[in-house]
Parts: sequence; structure tokens; C-alpha cells
Amino acid sequence: MIGFGWLEALLRVGRKLFVKPETQLYPEVKPKLYPRARGRIVLTRDPDGQERCVACNLCATVCPVGCIDLSKAVADDGRWYPEHFRVNFARCIFCGFCEDACPTAAIQLTPDYELSEWRRDALVYEKHDLLISGEGKVRGYRYWSFAGKAIPGKDKGEAEHEAPPVNLKGLLP
Amino acid sequence: MTKKKIEIDGRVIEAKDGEDLLSACLTHGIDVPYFCWHGALGSVGACRQCAVKVYDGPDDKEGRIVMSCMTPVADVERVSVSDPEAVAFRAQVIEWLMVNHPHDCPVCEEAGSCHLQDMTVATGHIDRRYKFTKRTHRNQDLGPLVTHEMNRCIACYRCTRFYRDYAGGRDLDAFGAHDNVYFGRAEDGPLESPFAGNLAEVCPTGVFNDKGWSRDYARKWDMRATPSICPHCSLGCNILVDQRDGRVKRVQNRYHGALNGYFICDRGRYGPLHVVSEHRLRQPLIDGMPASEHDAASAAHAIVAEGAIGIGSPRASLEANYALQRLVGPERFFAGVSDLESNLVRRIVEILRAGPAKIASLHEVEHADAVLVLGENLTGTAPRLALALRQTARGAERELAAQKGVHAFLDPAVRTAGEGRRSPIVLATPLPDALDDLAALSLRLDPQGVAAFGGSVASALGAGGVEEVEEHSEAARVAEILVNAERPLIVAGCALMSAEIIEAAARIVAALGAKARIVLLAPEANSIGLALLGGDGLDSAAALLKRGGAKTAIVLENDLFDRAPRASVERLFAAAKGVVALDSMANETTARAAVALPVAPFTEATGTFVNYEGRAQRFFAAVAPQESAPASWRRLDAFGAGDWHGLDALIGDLIVERPDLVAVADAAPGEDFGMADGKVTRAPRPYTGRTADDRAGQFADAVIPVDQDGPLTFGIKGARGTAVPTPLITSYKTSGLHSANNVTRFLEEVGGPLRGGDPGALLIKPGEASLPDAVSQRGEAGEGLWLIPLHDAFTGGELSRASALLAARRPAPRLLLHPDDAALHGFRDGAAVQVDGKPCAPVVTLDATVPRGTVVISAGSCQPRGPLRRVKVEAAP
Ligand code: SF4
Ligand code: SF4
Ligand code: SF4
Ligand code: SF4
Ligand code: FES
Repeated sequence: MIGFGWLEALLRVGRKLFVKPETQLYPEVKPKLYPRARGRIVLTRDPDGQERCVACNLCATVCPVGCIDLSKAVADDGRWYPEHFRVNFARCIFCGFCEDACPTAAIQLTPDYELSEWRRDALVYEKHDLLISGEGKVRGYRYWSFAGKAIPGKDKGEAEHEAPPVNLKGLLP
Repeated sequence: MTKKKIEIDGRVIEAKDGEDLLSACLTHGIDVPYFCWHGALGSVGACRQCAVKVYDGPDDKEGRIVMSCMTPVADVERVSVSDPEAVAFRAQVIEWLMVNHPHDCPVCEEAGSCHLQDMTVATGHIDRRYKFTKRTHRNQDLGPLVTHEMNRCIACYRCTRFYRDYAGGRDLDAFGAHDNVYFGRAEDGPLESPFAGNLAEVCPTGVFNDKGWSRDYARKWDMRATPSICPHCSLGCNILVDQRDGRVKRVQNRYHGALNGYFICDRGRYGPLHVVSEHRLRQPLIDGMPASEHDAASAAHAIVAEGAIGIGSPRASLEANYALQRLVGPERFFAGVSDLESNLVRRIVEILRAGPAKIASLHEVEHADAVLVLGENLTGTAPRLALALRQTARGAERELAAQKGVHAFLDPAVRTAGEGRRSPIVLATPLPDALDDLAALSLRLDPQGVAAFGGSVASALGAGGVEEVEEHSEAARVAEILVNAERPLIVAGCALMSAEIIEAAARIVAALGAKARIVLLAPEANSIGLALLGGDGLDSAAALLKRGGAKTAIVLENDLFDRAPRASVERLFAAAKGVVALDSMANETTARAAVALPVAPFTEATGTFVNYEGRAQRFFAAVAPQESAPASWRRLDAFGAGDWHGLDALIGDLIVERPDLVAVADAAPGEDFGMADGKVTRAPRPYTGRTADDRAGQFADAVIPVDQDGPLTFGIKGARGTAVPTPLITSYKTSGLHSANNVTRFLEEVGGPLRGGDPGALLIKPGEASLPDAVSQRGEAGEGLWLIPLHDAFTGGELSRASALLAARRPAPRLLLHPDDAALHGFRDGAAVQVDGKPCAPVVTLDATVPRGTVVISAGSCQPRGPLRRVKVEAAP
């Protein structure tokens, strides 16, 4: 039996002729992305402008394609920092695992998705390409004020929830 | 040892009677969380983490919680690890241990191989409920080798138990009380013990760590680990070399049941970093000036073609020495040491071969019940052996405690019940010794005196000696101790380079018969291997050149100026028309040679060292060899030594030519070895950054280096885990357990051999040959004071001195004189002197403990190794 379903379909599709199109004319028109969108990776700084990354390597470990490589160094003031930090965007799948794993809120994905190059090795970003001067999406967080290691300006016992250092020579119980 | 069946959560295991429940669980692959228990340090019950439930009998439904590490298996029938009450108990314990723990993992070197992390995760403590303030501590500067971050401590007391009780250190202790307890020194300063580096592995948290590694750091999961052998003394401790990006980052202990067990010395831990020092020979030299590989290689070929002798090395692998011997022929192959030393080490091999004394492994050393040490300052010459002797001394204490029914694993209880008894250790040495505090008798004798004393002991034992021994003399007393012992041990060696001392040791063990055990220490890691190949010393080499038997010389991985008196080396250089040096390190020999070619150090080549037991042990290339510095046997191959495409082919030729060394091939699986998962891999699974700089995918796998000579791969795909053959173990990781504590999984029993047998193949079988008569060897006559080299654990030999880390910990070189001798020669304290006409850096220190008629000079400072000899000490001009 032949029904009128085909007519209904024709009407449904045909109605779209009179609706505002969703297609955007990229690149003339840029899509509006929210800050949580996962695009190009950056390394951020803490509210004092200090590098947040402590080179703990968790982001590199969790990266399912293994495109992050870094090495730890120690600054004169005792902070750990990455001597080199490299992300290969030709391999990155923008999963955001690194951002989730990062204990210092250093590594963050940004809504910038415009990563096209003529040469693939131009997609290997080094630390000076990645490090930005702001805090990114996470405001106010300073990892070093929670860590137990002392750095200048934050002695033992001065981190959050820390008691002053024990006086071993004291006689009180 | 009887076995006992116990049921654990429904599974029946056979535990060893006399062990603790925790050890039984761990060796059977049943995970119970723990902190304070340690395979070598026993149980103290300090952390309360290892709680399990035990049931009295089949009718017991309630059960009770006990600490498994404190419970003898003899006392239990049925156990539950997974009982909810026990699980909840353990969860509480970890929660309270973590109450003060800092928020440090990201900036803690330990993270990734942290036992505390493993146990916390295993116990399920994932959320911090404690909201109050954390206790904090100030850190100390513990010197150049070890870091200190006290906030991370969980007060398991492993550090002090190792440092003080096990290793005899005095300067690390627990301070404070209750919640405030602090582990450190009374004041800042370098840790004195030459075993302090082990704290990095003993401490289950990140309080103590390897400072060198911290400076040049990569996470444990980011480093390729390669099984290797320590090149810094003749014990041949097993090590793991960790590297990333082709750069060696650190060395860790590699468990070997018969040798080093859980610990190595600091020389073995930090000395191998000489391979990243600036003393490496990086480019070819012609007459000491940089040259191209092409020019240098053709110059070297020309020199070799003129008819060369080969000078081998006690620090080069057996394979490299053999390749050289093959190139020049056995009559033209010489050991790159003094004639006396080459004779002495070959004599050691003869004595060991003759038996009947058993060659004691370090494990057997720990179970000897009487020890005589002749002439060796063990803490300086073979540090790990000194550590073993500290356990030997406790034998009598262990025995008394056992009689009283105290289980051996209850370490503090054994100490109390043992009433401080010590098994007799007798030291007959020239200088005060670090082991004096546990010796029953310490005799201070000059080198001749040591030999004479050994001779008297042998005579007292009825070895047909020449001299009469007085009834109540010390020699008679020592002889009596040795006769009454069940497992007497004699330790001697080449520290003083006196043939008489070795002969005296041989006479003593011969008189004691089959119950005796012997340790004869050779000067270097492969001295025994070189002696097995044969070859006279440098004087004979120079003589051959002078006679015109050959024109030129090839020197293999050897700074001759460090290994023989300058005069004999100069004779060699004068007699040779040209000298080709192959070395990984730049030194006086490479600078003086006509051509010097860089070769791979022990971390970039595969090869075999033969240790003091005659155990052939294979080390593998931790870093892929660079084209500019190939393994030395490849260079010799290019000169025409053989036609070897790989190391296995070379070893094949070696064992055909020398059937007595056939076991060399069994030291480790060959290069074709593979498992179901492929080759055994050096790389842990995450191994980050694999695709970060692979030129964006164009040359993906091209960056993984290929190992041409060993059964290991550099890639991340491959075999790992407990099924890997023991010489190839690269990691003790099993699922969820990342720290080296997990080695227990790989052991047959705690402290026992690795499952599948300890690595290495014994080349010397005691009793296989009779002992030829000793050729009389006298020290050189002449005038002056007898030279006693002062050995030091942090200094070691030519290679370890090149490690910057170790150098930072090395004591200043010294020159000691007895005040009376000094007065005789008119020297004051602090006087500058020259020795045998050569200026000597250290100034005179007066020391009344120095034997009269001798001068003590730090090894490696201004006098090379060489026969026991006299030197002239004069005022510096
Ligand atoms: S996880 Fe964060 S802090 Fe750690 S290395 Fe990556 S960016 Fe740095
Ligand atoms: S000791 Fe272990 S748990 Fe503690 S901070 Fe270090 S890695 Fe983390
Ligand atoms: S410093 Fe380490 S070994 Fe010592 S008690 Fe603390 S956690 Fe244990
Ligand atoms: S120097 Fe000797 S004792 Fe020390 S780790 Fe090396 S082989 Fe062992
Ligand atoms: S391991 Fe048993 S109490 Fe610590």
C-alpha cells in the first residue's frame, strides 16, 4: 500500500528553506566557543606571575598519545620548573586529560582550534610557545601555598593548614 | 627447613616455618600493605599497617586482628587478609599516617615509585577528612649525596634501623618524641656512612632521596632501566642503571641473593656517574690533539699493522680483553698492571681452583661463624663486604636468641635476647679500621707483619710452617677460634699487594680443610676475568718490546699510569714505537698515546665481568652506543681480531678456544632471546613523550635505538614482570606496586635467591686443579718507607674518582707518617713533601697509629697502584 509518508518528508525538509541557516561561513565568521572548549594548550602562571608548572610529569603520563615531553629543573629558590616543555599538536587529540591531571592548574586547554601549518614540525610547540602570562581559567590558585616544601616567602609551617615547625630541642611533651 | 600449610582467604600456601606471616604472604603474591617491615631489617611492628585477621581453629568465627609482620607462621592456621574488620583497620591506619603528610607528590622525587603512594592507593584512602593543621619539620643538609624532606616521614624507623643497626653508622638518629619524632643528624652535615645512599631505597617515602638524581631528574616511569654490574670493585654487585634521552640519571640496587642482596655501597651508587663526567674521551686524538675519526683510525691501523702487543685491562670486559688477545696472540697479550699484580691475581685463581675451601658468596659471608681478615681495609676496598661482615658479627647473637626461642625476624628482640654476643672477627691490618668496633681482636701490623701473622696462624693450625708458635700468642688464639668454628672464613686480597699475605691465607684455609671458606679480593671488577685469560704484567711487556719481539702496543681501556709504577710505564712508552689507546675516559695514557680512539664505557656496551667468586656476570648497554664510540671489541674487530657481527659470535669463539670458560655463555640469555611478548624491555609502560618530538609522526619508530648485542629492547613493547629471566630483570613492578620494595615478589624466600636462580655463572670450581707451588715473589728491595695505600669507599679507583658526585663527598687526600719516623726524617705536621722525586699534593699528617717504617698515602692521589714497595719521602724542594 502506498501512503503519503513521502509527502510528509518533503514538507519537513522543504520547511527548512525558510529557516535561518546554521552553517557559518568560516573563516569570515568565527564560531563562538566557550572557555571550556578544548583547543590549543597553554601553560599558565599563578596570581603572582610565577610559572605554575612544577614539572611533575602527570600530564605527560596521562596523555594517551604521549605527545607531551618535559624535564624537571630546580630554580635557585627551590621551585621545580620544566626546563623544556614540548607539546606535539600534530599528535594531540585535545582530550583534556592533561588539564584534569595537573595538580597546579598550569596546563589548560583554550578555545583556540586554529592550528594549521604547512610543515608538521611547526606543530611541535616549545615552552616559549606555550607559556602565557595570565592565570587562564583557574583564578587565584597557588600550588606552592599547599605544598610542604619551603620556598622563599613561604617557610616551613607557613603553607595552608600548617603548624609552625617542631622545635626539637623543646622539652614540652 | 620445614614447611607449614596455612590457609589464607581460602587459599592454602606452604610457608617456611620460622618466618613471619607477612613474608609468607608477600612471597606467595598475597598483598598485605606494610611499611616498617623490610626484607633485610626484619619486623618491628611500628607502623600497624600490616594488620590481618587470624582464627584460632575451625570453630573460631570471631578471629582477632594481629600484625602479620610480628606473627610467626607457626602460630597460625587460618588467616583472612580481606576480612572487613581488617580492611577497615588498615584504612584507619593509613588515614592517620597521612594526617600530617604534605601536599607534595608533584614536587617529590619519590612519586611514581613511592611505597607510601602504593600503599595509600591499595588501602583505598583517597579523601582527606582531617581539616586541622599539619605538623611540620625543618630539613637538614645531609651532604652532596642524599636529600632530606622530613615532612614526608611516617615514622617507620627503617632509616635508623638500616643506618645504625644494619650498617653501623652513628650520625643518623631519631630525635624528639611522640608525634614530633625526627630522623636526621644532630646537626647539618654530610652523612658519614659509605652506605648512606641506600636510605633513598630503604625509606618508603620521599624523606631521603638520591641527590644526584634529583638534580638530573626524570620520573621512575620515564627512565629506561638496564641490568648492569658495578665496575668499582671486585665484588661485582648488581645494579640497575636508569637513563632518559641517552643520559644516565641514577643507579639503583639490583637484588642478587648471593651477592649484594638489598644494598650497595655509595661508590657503586654514585661512582657509575663517571660516564656523564667531563673526563670522558669524546673524540679521537693523534699525539694528544683532536683529530678526525678517519685520520685517527687509519693512523691506528698503521701502528697495529707494524706488529703490536696488546695490553689488557682489569676494568675492560672479558670480551674486550679476549678480542685484544685474539688480535695480538696469547704470547703478545699482557695484563695492563704491574708484573707482581698480574702474578698475584693469577695465583689467586690457582688457590681458588685448588680448593678445598669454598669461595664464600656475600650471603655465605654473613653466615660464617669466625672470620680472619688479613691486610684488607674492607670498608675502603670492598665496601659491601664490610657491610656483610657487620651481619656476620651478629651470628652469635642470632644463635643465642634462637636458643631462647626468639624468632629471627623479630630484629630488636634478637638484639636484646642475644645479649650483645658477637661472632669472632679478627682484623690483622696496618691501620685503624671501620670494623674495629665489632672485631673480637684488632691487630695493627705493618704489611710484613700481617703476612707473618697469617703464617703463624697457619703454623699453629699445623700447616707445616717453619716457625714455632708460642702457646698463648695471639696467633695461637686465632688458630683456636678458627679450628673451633664450623664455618670459618678467611678474607685477604690485593690491598697491600703482598704475595706473602695471599700465600698465608692459602696455607690457613688448606690447614682448615673443607669447612673453610675463603674470600680473596682482586683489585678491580674484572681482574679475575683478565687473570683467567692470562698474560704477564707491564714489565714483561716492555721487555718484549725491547727485545724486538714487537714494535708497537695497543692499550685497552686502561690508564697505565694509575695501575703500575711510573718507571715501568715509562719503560713501555720508551720501548714502543707507537701506542694506540682505546678508552672511554681521557687520561694520561690517552694523552701520551700516538693515537687514542674513544670507545663505549660500561653503560654503552654489553659485556662480562668476572667477580672475586669467579662469577661471570653480564652487564648490558644502558644507553645505545654512539657511532663515534663503539664497544672496544668492535674497534678491535675492525683491526682484524675476528669476524664478529655480534657479541654472541665473539663469546662463541671464546668458549671454543677456552673450554674452561664455557660457562661465560650461560651468564645471561643471548641476543636472540625472546619471550611471548617479544624481547625484554628496558622501558616502563607509560614512558612519556614518545611522540612529542618524533618530527610529528614522520619518523615515528626511527628514534628508538637498537641494541645490537643484548636480549633487551629500548622500545616500550616487550616482556616485563616476574617471568623474565633473572639476569634481565629491569624492574620489580607488578600491577599496582611500583616501588623497589616489591622485589619480594621476585624472591623464592625473603633474603633468599631470586626466583629462577641468582644471575651469573661460576667459572671457578674449587677442587678442580691442584695447587702449584708458589713462585717466590719479593717486594722490590730498596730504601725508604714501605708504602701503604689508604683506600677509601668514596674514592675507589680510576673510574669512580671521575664521578663529580662522589668527588664532592671524597675526603681530602692524606699522607700519614708515624711521629717517630717524621722526627727521624725531620718532617713536621703539615710539611710539604715529594715522594720518589714527584711532588705529592697532600701534606704530612702525623699519626701515631701508622706502623713504624711505613708511609700511608691516599690511593689515587700521588702514587699509583703497584707492588708492595718502598718509597722515598723527601722534603719538597
Ligand atoms: S601536570 Fe601540570 S604541573 Fe605537572 S608537569 Fe604537567 S603542566 Fe606541569
Ligand atoms: S613521599 Fe610519596 S606520598 Fe609522600 S609526597 Fe612523596 S611521593 Fe607523595
Ligand atoms: S625518614 Fe623514611 S625511613 Fe625514616 S622513619 Fe621516616 S619514613 Fe621511615
Ligand atoms: S664498589 Fe664494590 S661493594 Fe660497592 S657497589 Fe660496587 S661492587 Fe659493590
Ligand atoms: S609492617 Fe607490620 S607493623 Fe609495620
